[in-house]
Amino acid sequence: RWLSSPAPAPRVCVVGSGPAGFYTAQHILKHHGGALVDIYEKLPVPFGLVRFGVAPDHPEVKNVINTFTQTAHSERCAYYGNVTVGRDVTVPELQRAYHAVVLSYGAEDNRVLGIPGENLPGVYSARAFVGWYNGLPENRDLKPDLSCDTALILGHGNVALDIARILLSPLQLLRKTDITDSSLAALACSKVKRVWLVGRRGPLQVAFTIKELREMINLPGARAVLDPADFTGLESAVKDAPRPRKRLTELMMKTALEKPVEMQAGAAAPREWGLKFQRSPLEVLPSADGSRARGVRLALTRLEGSGDSAKAVPTGDEEELECGLVLSSIGYRSLPLDPAVPFDSQRGVIPNSSGRVEGVPGLYCSGWVKRGPTGVIITTMNDSFDTAQSVLEDLQGGVLDASPFREGFGLVESILRSRGVRPVSFSDWQKIDAAEVARGKAAGKPREKIVDPAEMLAAAPAASKARQLWVLSTCELYTSRKGH
Amino acid sequence: MYSSKSLYMLQLLKASDLGFSFLGADSSNISYSEDKITVHFINRDGDKLTAKGKPGDSLLDVVVDNNLDIDGFGACEGTLACSTCHLIFEDHIFEKLDAITDEEMDMLDLAYGLTETSRLGCQICLKKSMNDMTVRVPEAVADARQSVDMSKNS
Repeated sequence: RWLSSPAPAPRVCVVGSGPAGFYTAQHILKHHGGALVDIYEKLPVPFGLVRFGVAPDHPEVKNVINTFTQTAHSERCAYYGNVTVGRDVTVPELQRAYHAVVLSYGAEDNRVLGIPGENLPGVYSARAFVGWYNGLPENRDLKPDLSCDTALILGHGNVALDIARILLSPLQLLRKTDITDSSLAALACSKVKRVWLVGRRGPLQVAFTIKELREMINLPGARAVLDPADFTGLESAVKDAPRPRKRLTELMMKTALEKPVEMQAGAAAPREWGLKFQRSPLEVLPSADGSRARGVRLALTRLEGSGDSAKAVPTGDEEELECGLVLSSIGYRSLPLDPAVPFDSQRGVIPNSSGRVEGVPGLYCSGWVKRGPTGVIITTMNDSFDTAQSVLEDLQGGVLDASPFREGFGLVESILRSRGVRPVSFSDWQKIDAAEVARGKAAGKPREKIVDPAEMLAAAPAASKARQLWVLSTCELYTSRKGH
Repeated sequence: MYSSKSLYMLQLLKASDLGFSFLGADSSNISYSEDKITVHFINRDGDKLTAKGKPGDSLLDVVVDNNLDIDGFGACEGTLACSTCHLIFEDHIFEKLDAITDEEMDMLDLAYGLTETSRLGCQICLKKSMNDMTVRVPEAVADARQSVDMSKNS
């Protein structure tokens, strides 16, 4: 009798445990009854930007962690933290171990201004600043200088608004969040009382969204300074705009036209924030002794075209704005992971079609490394489902052949062991999680994040000292390699 | 006022998909063994999912409590921090919904496939007048692809 053996379960590997990685894994697991999915993450701890990007005072946005945790607990899902793909294990090695590999490693770098003075003390990328207050290990020693009274944030996106809000929020609001203790201490000593958000284009091109703008307008102890002149002539464009753009612009206009609230006698002067439009940075100006930033020289621009595709063109006029703190919030940027993976350096993405990496069968991508570093969690969720669909289609159609035997983590484990790398399991993460929650309890915080990778590993049981030291030294090597 | 036989027939009719009141009876005058409200969800792939909820349950509650198979629904768990519970309502139901707040509209503005009768499911609570209504789950991405489901394969 001829008995056909059942097809082996397809083994899928996902690189990156942020929303893209988890939503891709979730969709594959849900819509394929047998697939096994392993999620790799370079840090010991999972969740990517949900943990390290979403602002501390936006805890509801982090609720997605619950659905990711459920996915990680699936019998057919495994999590391996503390594994840097591209160094501890290569993509070709993963392709030998799995039927399909999905790259969801996001955007760990940022776009640079490319102007003189960009590297002066007092100038930081928004990405590093956000990483700092959110406890990202590589930014824990940022020590931003908050001793000046004016900060300039270059960029008109939600990240820029997040930073403005964290800089100007009353301490008692931040104290009960999961912001790190050390950044809370630094903010307690901060002298910053004025924040300008500067953008190259106009009000109709702002990238931030209305909820975040409203939050800023309603921030206790802070006053919005918007110039009504910036909005003249926009009435008809606003009238014809789609509802989201219309409401957003109308809120800015309303705020610009509002009279400032009467100050009570003896009340402390409120902190201030404002939007400046059609200004493009030319140079960060140094202090007299050249030791730090003291201001930014800006080109005034005019707009060519309209709507989202409007371009900012210098008029020839310039302006100087004084400030001691400059935050460049002009976008995140992905980096190439492995020579075996094609990468479009100009666009900063992996060339793909519906998540199928061009020219490399069995290789897929999802999230920011696929589409570019914009969008909120729902954007990434939909995108990840799209890539998962491609994987499922290919499995169903035989384009992805799941019949050859693949060893999955079994093969990767021996590679990692030979390189002295000890992965962190999901239950290890839950021990780290419990330690952070316990530490935060005394201070009334949801958690006190552990920011030192060695401490994270120590909180995960059965980590030997020798391996910890090896990993710590390679972590340092990795962060210094990026040159920040 | 009504004979027990009439009450029984009323219950039978309610249980079917006819969707009209027998004898013009106002359902609030008559007590049923369960005052559940039936909602039909048209999923992204065209499947019709039918579930029940109690008055006051949000549509997110209905989806979660009945474990309805709608990918990615309710990511922020009803805290107005996302737009993944976006639903499209029938005109006559939409007109009678409670007024939308700025907070809901701010998040709804970010939803894909926004329509004139869109609302966030976590903000809409069931009322008896919604019984048998049909809501549509909007497309998630601009170009809809035939969804692949191999979850029943061994």
